[in-house]
Amino acid sequence: MITAPFDYVRAESLAQVHELLAQHGDEAKLLAGGHSLLPMMKLRLAAPSILIDIARLPELSGVRVDGSDLVVGACTSHSRVAASELVLAEAPLLAHSAAQIADPQVRHRGTLGGSLAHADPAADLPMAVLALDAQLVLAGPAGTRTVAAAAFFQGFFDTAVQPDEVLTEIRVPRRPGIGWGYEKFTRRANDWAIVGVATVAGRIALANMGPQPLRARASEQALADGQPIADVAALAADGMSPAADMHATVEYREHLARVLTGRALEAAAA
Amino acid sequence: MQVSIEVNGEQRSDEVEPRLLLVHYLRDVCGLRAANVGCDTTSCGACTVLLGGESVKSCTVLAAQADGRSVTTTEGLGSAGEMHPVQRAFREEHALQCGFCTPGMVMASVALLDENPTPTESEVRSALEGNYCRCTGYHNIVRAVLRAAEAST
Repeated sequence: MITAPFDYVRAESLAQVHELLAQHGDEAKLLAGGHSLLPMMKLRLAAPSILIDIARLPELSGVRVDGSDLVVGACTSHSRVAASELVLAEAPLLAHSAAQIADPQVRHRGTLGGSLAHADPAADLPMAVLALDAQLVLAGPAGTRTVAAAAFFQGFFDTAVQPDEVLTEIRVPRRPGIGWGYEKFTRRANDWAIVGVATVAGRIALANMGPQPLRARASEQALADGQPIADVAALAADGMSPAADMHATVEYREHLARVLTGRALEAAAA
Repeated sequence: MQVSIEVNGEQRSDEVEPRLLLVHYLRDVCGLRAANVGCDTTSCGACTVLLGGESVKSCTVLAAQADGRSVTTTEGLGSAGEMHPVQRAFREEHALQCGFCTPGMVMASVALLDENPTPTESEVRSALEGNYCRCTGYHNIVRAVLRAAEAST
């Protein structure tokens, strides 16, 4: 499959990215690893007239510690996030989630920021950063702003990123040694989650239980109230309206949310 | 646009369309036909090559994204008289039937052994998760990768 034609520019600075975004508006798309965008372009679900390749901007890659935060550059690949000693030590849920995506080849190319900006409700990393209460840094032409993960995901493949902004960094509170849980239910290797759960520090986030990754608020409240895990997990699907599709009915998704939340909480408590 | 790519150790410079996929660049511009277009949807792994030493699915990479970098295909692994240890192990363990997935399997295996020279059987199976063999020859493929690991240590 061949994409529609487009112009390609490898950005040499963030300032140049902002200039190009101002110039081309909706016709431009940012390209990082391209593992969500290029498949969509090959299917002609997307046909931008210009791709701005941001993958080689050095300030957008790498992992560092800044005070109480672990900071991951948006263009850091899943394989680097998964293997980073810093991520493994300070935010092991993030490293584990990155390691569960697709296969090694995809993890070599796909990026943390790309996955978050794409905002697939069934994806691993949106759910993980929601559970981690990460802060996402958006650079606009006039400066940067920081958006909490809970406000970043706004709907089906929809985020808080404005057309003139670039997601540059993901800041995760450092929590070395904390318990965490991660569960993903799939029918085959490499599939997207039919339902996924990530939990850490009393937060519970679910994948594919709605148009965007969602916090299981009723379960979180029960957990904070000290209720037993079985009772906490029983509330996991409360207030959610998952879709039915070829993989699962609504009832089956709700059942999975409860069972997987229980398993994730058991793992976090172990 | 102009791209400069080191392909199997040889520096090339070619005029390409920005939308040209790396796998089509390798097959149609460079004449290297080992990497196959199987699913064309980042699933099957038949197009796996090394980009900067890392395994990638070349149906989901633009030639433009490989500009200034190195690419290795199965043709670049061994030489006419001497196969790469992974290729040799695939032959010794009869790790192929139709052969369509084989170049991708070999490249994914080379990348695995580069990152983890002594994998367990379970690690081999996980590492080849992104490569499909529809002849269902997985057992022999896994044996071959383990044999190549043994031969190299």
